[in-house]
Amino acid sequence: MLTGLGVATRQVRQPGDLVGLDAVVIPGGESSTMSLLAERSGLLDSLADRLGAGLPAFGTCAGAILLGREILDGRPDQRCLGVIDIAVRRNAYGRQVDSFEEPLTVVGLDSPLVGAFIRAPVIESVGPTVEVLSEIDAIDGARQPVLCRERTITVCTFHPELGDDTRLHEMFIESI
Amino acid sequence: MSDHETGTVRVKRGLAEMLKGGVIMDVVNAEQARIAEDAGACAVMALERVPSDIRRDGGVARASDPEMIDGIKAAVTIPVMAKARIGHFVEAQMLQALGVDYVDESEVLTPADETHHIDKWAFTVPFVCGATNLGEALRRISEGACMIRSKGEAGTGNIVEAVRHLRSILGDIRKITQADPAEQFEWAKRLQAPLGLVQEIHDTGALPVPLFCAGGVATPADAALVMQLGAEAVFVGSGIFKSEHPAVMAKAVVEATTHFNDPDILVKVSRGLGRSMPGLEIGTLETRLADRGW
Repeated sequence: MLTGLGVATRQVRQPGDLVGLDAVVIPGGESSTMSLLAERSGLLDSLADRLGAGLPAFGTCAGAILLGREILDGRPDQRCLGVIDIAVRRNAYGRQVDSFEEPLTVVGLDSPLVGAFIRAPVIESVGPTVEVLSEIDAIDGARQPVLCRERTITVCTFHPELGDDTRLHEMFIESI
Repeated sequence: MSDHETGTVRVKRGLAEMLKGGVIMDVVNAEQARIAEDAGACAVMALERVPSDIRRDGGVARASDPEMIDGIKAAVTIPVMAKARIGHFVEAQMLQALGVDYVDESEVLTPADETHHIDKWAFTVPFVCGATNLGEALRRISEGACMIRSKGEAGTGNIVEAVRHLRSILGDIRKITQADPAEQFEWAKRLQAPLGLVQEIHDTGALPVPLFCAGGVATPADAALVMQLGAEAVFVGSGIFKSEHPAVMAKAVVEATTHFNDPDILVKVSRGLGRSMPGLEIGTLETRLADRGW
């Protein structure tokens, strides 16, 4: 998707892969698996250093969990990077049969964007300096943030990387 | 919440997208499921016996006991898959009701229908199906499968069949991208597959759903081999828990799948793993599981 927008990309699997990057995207996947593998390869610590030094990041679903300050319902050994002030409950909607799509109103976009929520997490609390750019109605009627930004870090609990609506990726690229 | 929609194609195929680059391990109890998760598996497949035991024991192999599947679901936080017999839509309905995250309509179990596969569009839960060639893959996708895996001979620890299937599927995809419109009609006929899917492959150069490898993976090198050939993730059945040190082997296969292009890492993770599962020569088999499915 980023290549389609004219951006040069590379996959990051090891610490050395981070050298020279202007920004990182942490996509969906299993957050516990990603945390485990990134920790084993030393990538997690290198990434923490670079993000701390201002490297912009866009995390979707598992990526949002990894970038957040606190993980609820995670594995006990699961780490997060704490570069955006949110607490995220992992896999909070139920099993795969409860995964869903829903149209979202997004600050800065003039028409709705359909979000795909797949075994998605819920952002349960956000700090005072976090901007909430989109929310959905929870079952209990409360509003749940699904797209947030703090300084150079953007996260969402759905998967804009699935499908052909590139607007959130464009927003992220423009913000770099 | 009126626009809230579950079971869409994007959501069903999307979970398969999220498993790319990962390892899905066969487990028969909660303890094995925890070993798999600790090793870095991105999902587990819950079943009563691993394929090499099914092959040894013979008899009819069916979907697993719901209690056993619940035990595994409770033990891990990663997705849990389970197998239904080919054509046994009631087993699939039960697995959906149990809340498994993916159903494998699998040739490893004894088929329940000699002609029909399950109508997978009728389900909210997504399905993975095996395929030995592109025609079989496209027929399964037209029935609603959201992930395709190779059908390497399960329970043999022999990678040769999975390699054959991947080469066949990916080789034909490469040829179709070069085919002119008249040749695309011919491809659809030859593959016994819907023309629309053949045209989609021509335009995109890929299957419309993720392509994973299954069957015969017994070492980290096997996992890296199929990843380099173009598989997008790896299923490991008997290869982990029939090896001498399952926890060590599981971790090594995960590392090898992640760093499949780096021979130095492959050497490092392959040292001192102990015995791999015992292998079987394909020519000596009484039952070829890959022949099941139509």
